[in-house]
Amino acid sequence: MAEKTTNPDAAVTSQAEIDAEISAIHQDYRTQRDAGGVEETNARLNFPPYRSSLLRHPTKSLHHTDPEDIELHSPAFGHRDVSPLEADLTIQHNGEPIGERIIVTGRVLDGDGRPVAGQLVEVWQANAAGRYIHKRDQHPAPLDPNFTGAGRALTGPNGEYSFTTIKPAPYPWKNHHNAWRSAHIHFSLFGTDFTQRIVTQMYFPGDPIFDLDPIYQSITDQAARDRLVATYDHSVSQHEWNTGYRWDIVLSGSNRTWAEEEEEH
Amino acid sequence: MKLTPTPGQTVGPFFAFGLAFAGGEDLVDRTHPDAVRLHGTVYDGDGVPVPDAVVELWQADQHGAISQEHGSLHRDGYTFTGWGRAAVDPNGHYSFTTVEPGSTGAGVAPYFLLTVFARGLMDRLFTRAYLPEPVEAGDQDRLLSSVPEERRGTLLATRDSDGGLRFDIHLQGALETVFLTYPNTPQFTGPLG
Repeated sequence: MAEKTTNPDAAVTSQAEIDAEISAIHQDYRTQRDAGGVEETNARLNFPPYRSSLLRHPTKSLHHTDPEDIELHSPAFGHRDVSPLEADLTIQHNGEPIGERIIVTGRVLDGDGRPVAGQLVEVWQANAAGRYIHKRDQHPAPLDPNFTGAGRALTGPNGEYSFTTIKPAPYPWKNHHNAWRSAHIHFSLFGTDFTQRIVTQMYFPGDPIFDLDPIYQSITDQAARDRLVATYDHSVSQHEWNTGYRWDIVLSGSNRTWAEEEEEH
Repeated sequence: MKLTPTPGQTVGPFFAFGLAFAGGEDLVDRTHPDAVRLHGTVYDGDGVPVPDAVVELWQADQHGAISQEHGSLHRDGYTFTGWGRAAVDPNGHYSFTTVEPGSTGAGVAPYFLLTVFARGLMDRLFTRAYLPEPVEAGDQDRLLSSVPEERRGTLLATRDSDGGLRFDIHLQGALETVFLTYPNTPQFTGPLG
């Protein structure tokens, strides 16, 4: 096995070597799971096939603590913060962006199934050619003058959100030689408690790169990986206008007591 | 109904155009009479600054009150919303202009709640930056008193000579910051060592 390096420009490892590393970790997990071990529901912080994680994950156990007042609350956002127009990433410039127009919609729920209402959802993504507008993205694919790729929304009373955007393409990165990321949209979400804060990525069904992508595969459990994949929903598609995807997001459970919630309603 | 939480994923390298906003790091204007700088550097396990991290701050006001005011994303210069976001600079350094939080209750030492995101970091990490002065009194603080003494210092901001507060964040290594987990949050999976 080639020496693991965190130098993003080294790109010395082959895809086959990365695949073998991923496969070994997943096999260990399945063996443990079959022997009655815990079901992993989150990404691993320490996932060597994703080289950049090597020096950027804590090595000591996270410290358990009970949340205090500030952790049981989240910042409040309103229409002073977010205009409803910000949920449409296709109208930020003078012309129509190039690519497949899509709507991504769903609900934000907490771990007890309660809708998370009135909270901030932020998204950002590459364009239809797999290029980010970020100045350090050097991928020689075209920028689209009509597409920035960032949007915001506030969840509705039932936790619902909806973004109109362009389907992003896969893009190359420097984890290893000929490395490609599955197409994805970055999501950032807030809950009612700050401890529910999450940043994650939404993927598209049937992406051929899933098995090759160590970021997606850092979630060792197939059921947990599936939770990041949207479903095509024809009822979200609109006649001669856009195709539609549905993706519900579950935050962790709130640690507020019912009494505290009643008080605030 | 118990639902399984959606997994986290790294914020990646190109978050700035999605997450940055004007005034993100200024919870108050620097001319505010109680303005204080809270700043520090995010380091990796080799002690090298992380140039692509973003830090969020969520805190009570000077009196220990928790703001539920709107306006963090479009600040009016007067309303304290308690929340801010700062991407690190190319040297891994973040900086907020804010006020020192008050205690939110009896026996609770005042602290800033910080969340760290970075390329290479698969899920957000929480930590608390306690004010340096009440450390003695903070001995009864539930969290500080539950952290082994040799690591307690990683949760304490230090006072700059100009009155500012410094809080470095070490993702890994001998100086690794104490990161927190709470009931009902998904436990981090797999071996960390």
